[in-house]
Amino acid sequence: MSVLDSKVPKGPLKTKWTDYKNHIDLVNPANKRNIDVIVVGTGLAGGSAAATLAELGYNVKTFCYQDSPRRAHSIAAQGGINAAKNYQGDGDSTYRLFYDTVKGGDYRSREANVYRLAEVSGNIIDQCVAQGVPFARDYGGLLDNRSFGGVLVSRTFYAKGQTGQQLLLGAYSAMNRQIARGKITSFNRHEMLDVVKVNGKARGIIARNLVTGEIERHSAHAVVIASGGYGNVYFLSTNAMGSNVTASWKIHKKGAFFANPCYTQIHPTCIPRSGDYQSKLTLMSESLRNDGRIWVPKNMEDVMAIREGKKKPTDLSEDERDYYLERRYPAFGNLVPRDVASRAAKERCDAGYGVNATGEAVYLDFASSIQRYGIEQAKIHNIENASKEKIYELGAAIVKAKYGNLFQMYEKIVDQDPYKTPMMIYPAVHYTMGGVWVDYNLMTTIPGCYAIGEANFSDHGANRLGASALMQGLADGYFVLPYTIGDYLSHDIRTGKIPTDTPEFDAAEKEVTDRIEFFINNKGEHSVDYYHKKLGKIMWDKCGMSRNAEGLKTAIDEISALRKDFWKNVNVPGTTTEYNEQLAKAGRVADFLELGELFAKDALVREESAGGHFREEHQTEDGEAKRLKEFQFVSAWEYKGEPKDAVLHKEELVYENIEVKERSYK
Amino acid sequence: MNLTLKIWRQSDANDKGKMVDYKVTEISEHMSFLEMMDVLNEQLINKGEEPVAFDHDCREGICGMCSMFINGEAHGPDRGVTTCQLHMRMFKDGDTITIEPFRAKAFPVIKDLVVDRSSFDRIQQAGGYISVNTSGNTQDANATLISKHAADEAMDAATCIGCGACVASCKNASAMLFVGAKVSQYALLPQGQIEAVDRVKNMVAQMDLEGFGNCTNTGACEVECPKGISLENIARMNREYFSANVKE
Repeated sequence: MSVLDSKVPKGPLKTKWTDYKNHIDLVNPANKRNIDVIVVGTGLAGGSAAATLAELGYNVKTFCYQDSPRRAHSIAAQGGINAAKNYQGDGDSTYRLFYDTVKGGDYRSREANVYRLAEVSGNIIDQCVAQGVPFARDYGGLLDNRSFGGVLVSRTFYAKGQTGQQLLLGAYSAMNRQIARGKITSFNRHEMLDVVKVNGKARGIIARNLVTGEIERHSAHAVVIASGGYGNVYFLSTNAMGSNVTASWKIHKKGAFFANPCYTQIHPTCIPRSGDYQSKLTLMSESLRNDGRIWVPKNMEDVMAIREGKKKPTDLSEDERDYYLERRYPAFGNLVPRDVASRAAKERCDAGYGVNATGEAVYLDFASSIQRYGIEQAKIHNIENASKEKIYELGAAIVKAKYGNLFQMYEKIVDQDPYKTPMMIYPAVHYTMGGVWVDYNLMTTIPGCYAIGEANFSDHGANRLGASALMQGLADGYFVLPYTIGDYLSHDIRTGKIPTDTPEFDAAEKEVTDRIEFFINNKGEHSVDYYHKKLGKIMWDKCGMSRNAEGLKTAIDEISALRKDFWKNVNVPGTTTEYNEQLAKAGRVADFLELGELFAKDALVREESAGGHFREEHQTEDGEAKRLKEFQFVSAWEYKGEPKDAVLHKEELVYENIEVKERSYK
Repeated sequence: MNLTLKIWRQSDANDKGKMVDYKVTEISEHMSFLEMMDVLNEQLINKGEEPVAFDHDCREGICGMCSMFINGEAHGPDRGVTTCQLHMRMFKDGDTITIEPFRAKAFPVIKDLVVDRSSFDRIQQAGGYISVNTSGNTQDANATLISKHAADEAMDAATCIGCGACVASCKNASAMLFVGAKVSQYALLPQGQIEAVDRVKNMVAQMDLEGFGNCTNTGACEVECPKGISLENIARMNREYFSANVKE
């Protein structure tokens, strides 16, 4: 019997969550005033959880490394948020959203969690509208929707290309209301550096004030980790520069199992890299695939001519273009899920058809949409015999209204006008489906320690569908955790304030201080970024879009050696008692150097292909991912010192309400 | 290209601070401005000197964390971009670039180019929200019709990223564009009407308390705003403010 208990309630899928909520213990309002909760991270999950917990009456402390909760990287999400509202009347339902998500995740997510997610999705939209989130509307005043990859309905709500920003500002405004009431104390420019356990339970954290360098003790009856994913283990990703795994990794080292680290999403539509100095990659929203068509030239001569600047992409006729997604996946076309689209781009580029100097780019072309919208608009405006230019102008205006900010962003970075010439895109690391293992209550294997949003593992399986991250973050924060945490906290109504002058806090603080002192005093040879870049290269080359046993074994050795060198030779300037970004970064990279190795180990053990995890040894004849029945489990790793000593625990995945089939988008 | 950088160095809030010259070489025109700063910092670290502290995070122009006053302009010479989206192709070989923090009484310097913008948070806390609990028990999202025009206009106001460029660009260090944008977002939506009177009064009162200056309609804020937030938002806030006081 596994040590993992998912605590999924019994009963039919459809009523599990409602029945469960009806029977869990509650904390009365007077007692909530005596209970403290710490929330680490203030993105969609953390911000929404903090606001809701404070509204319920708990005393909340939030922590974020940015200068304001509003800057959390959820803000960069562009395209939209899914909800099974069926406003378009196209046959959407809770079940269909549930089904699409499980299938999209390549049957590697937990059924009950996903169903609950689909169930509360509609509520999220209601809530956000009530908060004043300006979602896009149609001319009749109703909410508008668009489509995302991997689904056949229009269920994505959006606010131009800044949906994440608007949802985050909604959660931030809810937080502000509670900050004003004194129910949330917000610690900005603070970083959590350890969790403190008392009698086995999470009872507080050690945090560092990033401005003064002061080490602080904060106690609470429960600790919620909402610090996002670990995509920056690759150095280059679409994550923010400061995004890190530290909070998740610290709780892992104190007893929280880490699940499926190898499930990483490589997003198909990002701006290709241009040089070694590059510090991050920029995403172009998946929503663009609603109107953009992806292609490379059919003939190698054209590829060469384009690379040499002798031909322009617009010179190529339709016959000379290979719309490879439409060719390979006629049913879903350009809207296949992200993992499929990314691998297809890699396949073409590996075959030599990449269209830029590095050979790592494909086209995303809006010409046919501009044409189509132009003709439609000409009709709407009763313009007869509209000229080519007029049609272009009318069509471009529609595309601008839909994706204007994305086009502008592209133009600023690449210095090309995407209205006139196709965008160049290439896959980049974007999201991590893996994360801290949690049960149905979103509690980790440390009692009283929760993980929500991207930081946990549960809902997206081996591949996340577009517009589902926002949905999960807000579902966890607004509608799931606030209930489930009550069940745990109901046992704490007589505990009273947790003191911080105890041996447990002393020990945790000493550990943190020792490490910081080490970094400052080491005065080695290489900067923190030197190591981060090296780690990133190993990860991208050997644990990237496709992986094989040999590469993974090499990666494990290389990361382990790099980590040893880091602890010998890292150079951190400055002092411990000042604003010192390099010092903060050193701690984060140290944790990435451990996580990276566990990642490779997890990928090596998982001898199948599933979603974002593609093992070259396990593919079908036409190059699709080959899942294996015997790997229908969650890998949850227990920390035992070095990453190589981590112990694997398996949570079997049972599908009672969905038939596990071959995942096909053809 | 090779560049001379004149950068504001200030060790902490109490330090007087000064401009220091640096040289960087072999800068590619495809680099972003912050990548050029990364190159400088890597160079300083390897020489055993203290790197230049600056705020940055998403590096795609949306989080609002990056700031910098470059050659006398918030977010530098390009329009409609934040510093992280500014590219070195805007400069030429041999240029001297002056880099200072966003300056305003309400934005005290923390270190070098890093300033404290928590005054913006406090203005939002004074009323930048709709008082609805996150219970999920609200009415259906489509129950209230909102005209596309109002929704789009509210969205335009809501795209403010809270970077503070408006304040840094204003000779009075006024935060009217920032506050106006938030007031406008809610003023344009039916959900915002119920608390409209208190919201505008409280937010304006907090803005004054934080030490931001007054608006004298010179419009520099609009020009420098990376998100193109329009002056109309200030006009709308003024209207809201007057009508709130009349209603009293």
